[in-house]
Amino acid sequence: MRNRITGLVAGLGLTLACSTSVFAQELTIFWAEWDPANYLQELVNEYEAETGVKVTVETTPWSDFQTKTFTELNARGSAYDMVVGDSQWIGAASEAGHYVDLTEFFNKHDLNNVMAPATVKYYAEYPSSSGKYWSIPAEGDAVGWSYRKDWFEDPKEMEAFKAKYGYDLAPPATWAQMRDIAEFFHRPDQNRYGIAIYTDNSYDGLVMGVENAIFSYGGELGDYATYKVDGIINSEQNVKALEMYRELYGFTPPGWAKTFFVENNQAITENLAAMSMNYFAFFPALTNEASNPNAKNTGFFANPAGPDGHQFAALGGQGISVISYSENQEESMKFLEWFIKDETQKRWAELGGYTASAKVLESEEFQNATPYNKAFYETMFKVKDFWATPEYAELLIQMNQRVYPYITAGQGSAKEVLDALAADWNATFKKYNRVQ
Amino acid sequence: MTTLTMTTLDPRSRAARRGLSDLSIRNLFIIPTIIFLIVFNIFPLLYSLGYSFTDFRASSNAPANFVGLDNYRTLLNDPFIWSNFAITAKYVIVSVTGQVIVGFGVALLLNREIPFKGLITTLLLLPMMLSMAVVGLFWKLLYDPSFGIINYAFGLGRFEWLSNPDMALYAVALTDIWMWSPFVMLLSLAGLSAVPKHLYEAAAIDRAGPIYTFFRITLPLVAPILMIAIIFRTMEAFKTFDLAYILTSQPTTEVISIRLYKMAFQEWQTGMSCALAYIVLIMVIAITNIYVKYLNKVKER
Repeated sequence: MRNRITGLVAGLGLTLACSTSVFAQELTIFWAEWDPANYLQELVNEYEAETGVKVTVETTPWSDFQTKTFTELNARGSAYDMVVGDSQWIGAASEAGHYVDLTEFFNKHDLNNVMAPATVKYYAEYPSSSGKYWSIPAEGDAVGWSYRKDWFEDPKEMEAFKAKYGYDLAPPATWAQMRDIAEFFHRPDQNRYGIAIYTDNSYDGLVMGVENAIFSYGGELGDYATYKVDGIINSEQNVKALEMYRELYGFTPPGWAKTFFVENNQAITENLAAMSMNYFAFFPALTNEASNPNAKNTGFFANPAGPDGHQFAALGGQGISVISYSENQEESMKFLEWFIKDETQKRWAELGGYTASAKVLESEEFQNATPYNKAFYETMFKVKDFWATPEYAELLIQMNQRVYPYITAGQGSAKEVLDALAADWNATFKKYNRVQ
Repeated sequence: MTTLTMTTLDPRSRAARRGLSDLSIRNLFIIPTIIFLIVFNIFPLLYSLGYSFTDFRASSNAPANFVGLDNYRTLLNDPFIWSNFAITAKYVIVSVTGQVIVGFGVALLLNREIPFKGLITTLLLLPMMLSMAVVGLFWKLLYDPSFGIINYAFGLGRFEWLSNPDMALYAVALTDIWMWSPFVMLLSLAGLSAVPKHLYEAAAIDRAGPIYTFFRITLPLVAPILMIAIIFRTMEAFKTFDLAYILTSQPTTEVISIRLYKMAFQEWQTGMSCALAYIVLIMVIAITNIYVKYLNKVKER
């Protein structure tokens, strides 16, 4: 009898011990709900097969990704071990101590040279040029364009276009050409429209759309080191860029006033627009015949150049950071060591993830894998991003408040809008003692 | 005094046998509720009042500094906030008026002997039972300029309900009217059925016209209960968030609660947003008080 009890207790103890040890071998990564998160889950399943550590990718819709993450971080919650967070969050998350400092890890593995320079600069480093790193570039992303090859290559259209504009109809090399093409294909009576652009002002959709124009017109949002904005955000180039974006809005399908990646892909799949702006991360859905009936007739091009030949695109994408409140930081670091290996990065790209690894990006194999990978490779070396200061959310909302009524309803002039924005931003920076 | 008016415990009851007095039973029921109320309502309310005088940000480790009335001053000087309030006021007026007209009208139609009255009333109540988010998503599809059924049914072509800045607020209000008119209808129906029939008979004997009967008998007698419906709907409309947030992102539909949400949970300006929440609270209390005063006056008549 006594033996039996001892055995029972021992068994119970063993079960408990096992369950706690299994518990410690679990990691949770938080990300937004989209295809790349599913690819990441597939990738980490391989990590589990290799090491026995179970990794779960938890997701939430994009619209409340920011709110949910920061609510969890501000409450110092340990629900997530790692987060694949937006580039503009690093300032807020690092200054508040939410992210673990990865500088040592970064230097030890020479990630400065392993990852594409732009991804290191915008996803990992904060403050700008400080040599302090807070995340590992995970999903590289930038804005590119898709277009209807069958519309562009129709001989009748080509002839009519040449007659009207004096040059050949082809994927645009400049924003001015893009405007002409959008105007050319804009035929509301045929239910065909020129172009699909981002206009959603609830998070960063509209702002990133406008950034594509601003950066390619040679403009900047401000001096990220000194926080000077006057004369930069309201520069001559930016005024022209904003006017161009407003003009393009005139060639969008009806009701195009709250549109982001979902609607812009629909513009191609539903035969609405000739060209559509979107993140590269959403292009796999366009080459898949199951999700795009026009898959065979969909082509891609990089964000065109501005009038002076500058060519930049708005950065999307995220880096992966370890959360300070996680109880599995050591295990998370081991996972990251596996994640940055060349083989893992290669596998990540094969699964559909956009690796930031320079070596993989430069390989022929990667560039020929899909119709848009080459454009992606070219773009990833010329991207720029929004402010990453802790108060970025206020700056974003101020930009939405000023720019949206001008773009969608033509209220005020581009110059007035940007002057007002410069004043708003200046006031915000003053409030946080960034400038005197 | 209260203990005197309370009914005493039956000495044969189980509670009495266990030695529980009337007082302890009352406490047993009331104290948990009061504790719950204090912990989850009163305490946060007072705590946030304190925060509204600081520059506290829940997203940072920086300590909160006392800034006095600065937050209130900044908010009341912000033209965007004023435009948010103006939008909210316009929305409340349009949406509540619409609901009262439609809801009371339908109640008048239903206040007679018709076949399947119960079934019709139940079906009319359905919109009210749906979730706000679901209604928002459905109406977004109904309003769609390219394939929405509303434009198709009324032959409006490509009319842009939600992306037209002048129309969007009315579109949101229309959805709200569709959803909440049944609520006004339900209360009005209760009020209408309580009007004594002999008053109408007397009016008929005196050959009073239908309009006269409506304004002299029906409306005054239903008014108190209609006022209650209006108070509820005004408070709700003032706080509207989900519908407007889901349907459109036009600056012309940014009601005050959306601005408050952005300030609190996107910008993490916790102190400032507490101040804004207090401004909203004071406004809602003031408006409700005016209504309640009026309601008492109506009741006295």
